[in-house]
Amino acid sequence: MHLHKYEKIWIAFGTGSLLVFLTILGIGAFYQGTQPPSCLVTLDPANVQAHESFKEENLGLHQVGENEYVVNVLATAFNYDLGKDAEGNTVRKIRIPAGSKVTFQATTSDVVHGFQLAGTNVNMMLEPGYISDYVTTLNTPGEYTLLCNEYCGLGHHLMMAVVEVY
Amino acid sequence: MIKKLDISKPEARLIMSFMYVAFASLLIGGLMGLLQTLVRSGTFKLPFGIGYYQILTVHGVILGLVLTTFFIIGFQYALMSKSVGMSNGQRKLAWVGYWIMMIGTVLAATMILLGKANVLYTFYAPLQAHPLYYIGLALFVVGTWIACFVNFHQLAKWKKQNPGEKSPLMAFMVVINMLIWFISTLGVATTVLFQFIPWSLGMVDEINVLVSRTLFWYFGHPLVYFWLLPAYMAWYTIIPKIIGGKIFSDALARLSFLLFLLFSIPVGFHHQLTEPGIDPFWKYIQVVLTFAVAIPSLLTAFSMFATFEMAGRAKGYSGLFGWFKALPWKDVRFLAPFIGMAAFIPGGAGGLINASNQLNGVIHNTIWVTGHFHLTVATTVMLTFFGISYWLIPHLTGKKLTPQLNRLGIIQTIIWTVGMTIMSGAMHIAGLLGAPRRSDYSVYGGTEQAQEWIGYQIAQAIGGTILFIGILLMFYIFIKLAFNSSPEGVEEFPVAEYGDHDGATPKVFENWRLWIGIAVVLILFAYTIPLIDIIQNSPPGSPGFKWPIGNS
Repeated sequence: MHLHKYEKIWIAFGTGSLLVFLTILGIGAFYQGTQPPSCLVTLDPANVQAHESFKEENLGLHQVGENEYVVNVLATAFNYDLGKDAEGNTVRKIRIPAGSKVTFQATTSDVVHGFQLAGTNVNMMLEPGYISDYVTTLNTPGEYTLLCNEYCGLGHHLMMAVVEVY
Repeated sequence: MIKKLDISKPEARLIMSFMYVAFASLLIGGLMGLLQTLVRSGTFKLPFGIGYYQILTVHGVILGLVLTTFFIIGFQYALMSKSVGMSNGQRKLAWVGYWIMMIGTVLAATMILLGKANVLYTFYAPLQAHPLYYIGLALFVVGTWIACFVNFHQLAKWKKQNPGEKSPLMAFMVVINMLIWFISTLGVATTVLFQFIPWSLGMVDEINVLVSRTLFWYFGHPLVYFWLLPAYMAWYTIIPKIIGGKIFSDALARLSFLLFLLFSIPVGFHHQLTEPGIDPFWKYIQVVLTFAVAIPSLLTAFSMFATFEMAGRAKGYSGLFGWFKALPWKDVRFLAPFIGMAAFIPGGAGGLINASNQLNGVIHNTIWVTGHFHLTVATTVMLTFFGISYWLIPHLTGKKLTPQLNRLGIIQTIIWTVGMTIMSGAMHIAGLLGAPRRSDYSVYGGTEQAQEWIGYQIAQAIGGTILFIGILLMFYIFIKLAFNSSPEGVEEFPVAEYGDHDGATPKVFENWRLWIGIAVVLILFAYTIPLIDIIQNSPPGSPGFKWPIGNS
């Protein structure tokens, strides 16, 4: 098979840049540890309360260290359950100090949902039977919309909450 | 010289039957798209209790599955008839496939219209639609398999009649595309037949959600190559003739198609990068395999521009870019596919971002993704399909592309380009700002971010409106091409000749067992261990949820 000289240069350049690109992705994933969210922990979707993190009293924001927080979220059609505040009201908004290391842990007890904190890299799928988690540092103060970005039914676009970084 | 056969009247009728469905789908699906963009602009409410997610389901099913598949199968029959011929028996079988596809389409469409299947075309479990929706989809796929076997048989028969001869390039390409389609639809057929249908009929109580999603995406990405390759077929085997040039290299064209056969299937995990339950090591492996398709696309880009340049220089144009002027810009059969090619440059670049392991998290399920596939399938592929229609429809109906229709076609192409630039551009930007895809109009509790998205949603409605005007114009042109009387003579079916006369296409390119074997090995490599892993570590299954989609 005859290859034109320019074609050879073109293929070599293309394949070479591809290899560099994939190597960078690989180093990012396996050396620097920026893997896409891939939590492998399972639970019973019909009984998520059996898991410590998703017991009713453990939902929502918890400080676990100086500048370290965990947010446990139970998604259902069409709501994110962030627990109740001291007065027993449903929490619609959580507030986290800027610069905190935050672990989001979420699951769903019914259908597939999305979990996206718009304006950040927190973006993961929630599937029945699996926990999804994402560890991040929220540096920039502001109001972030937590929303469902995977179609979950007729009220899908109403499924939201707010995370304020202050 | 390439041997060219004539397309007989009954064959033309068969192909046109596919085209009628394709263009009717364009009109209906396009209207749904227009309505979606209007709703999301926040200024329009759907009348008569029609749901946003209902029209979204129609839009996805009728454009992503019905329009594309009917056009592709029809066009591929035309290429096969032209290059290797079609026997009466094959044609009868092709009709059987057509009617099975039609029955499947009507069943699924009826369930969507009744509001029993607001599950979008991806029908993710455990949302549960009416069983007839899944049965309709299954029948549709079975109908396409008949088309696969007709195409395989056409080439096999030709090979038997022409022993030792290299198969015609058009037929070679069609067979590769149908192999991709057949191998990949085995995945979606498996999940529909063995998971969704028994579960929706109540024969089993639970469904394994992650297995069903994995089988769906095993099909879902090759699907986009099944859309793209017919455009490549036109670029390689037809466009050179239209511009008065030659095919740059037969061997390179075949090599690029063979690489698509190998690398378009074992890549579904790049749609599941943000999902739990899948080992990130295997996600990365499939990301690497995904990027391998960049090579045949780069080969194609080189071949196209080489063809353009050589045609221009042969006509006496000189200088570094002088040949560019030699291209027939006023011929819509060239202009529409050319803009399609140009759109594939940003489209492909966006695709690199989408599949980039970590970077995927920035855009996953945002409206950026919608913007991406409106550049690729709705511009690159659709403009090429329109470009094909301008000569294929009149060729089949015994008419001519008149200068007047050519002019209308050029206007249509410009309208499409402008509308898509606005709509897809706004989608890309809004997606980067976090706006989700597949969502009805929402202010998200009035957050500042959601406010910011509205302006881009209005831009999408403007782009969508321009595009719908383009669709109306295209439909009008189609009707004119199919039915109106026109001057004497029949539009030519352009078939390009080879530029490289050495004929040195390696024999191994036609060793089907070898290439299918490598494709299967790659699929087994990419999927066996993670799939066993997923099944062994499965959580309890999910019952069906009907109420969230209003199917109760």
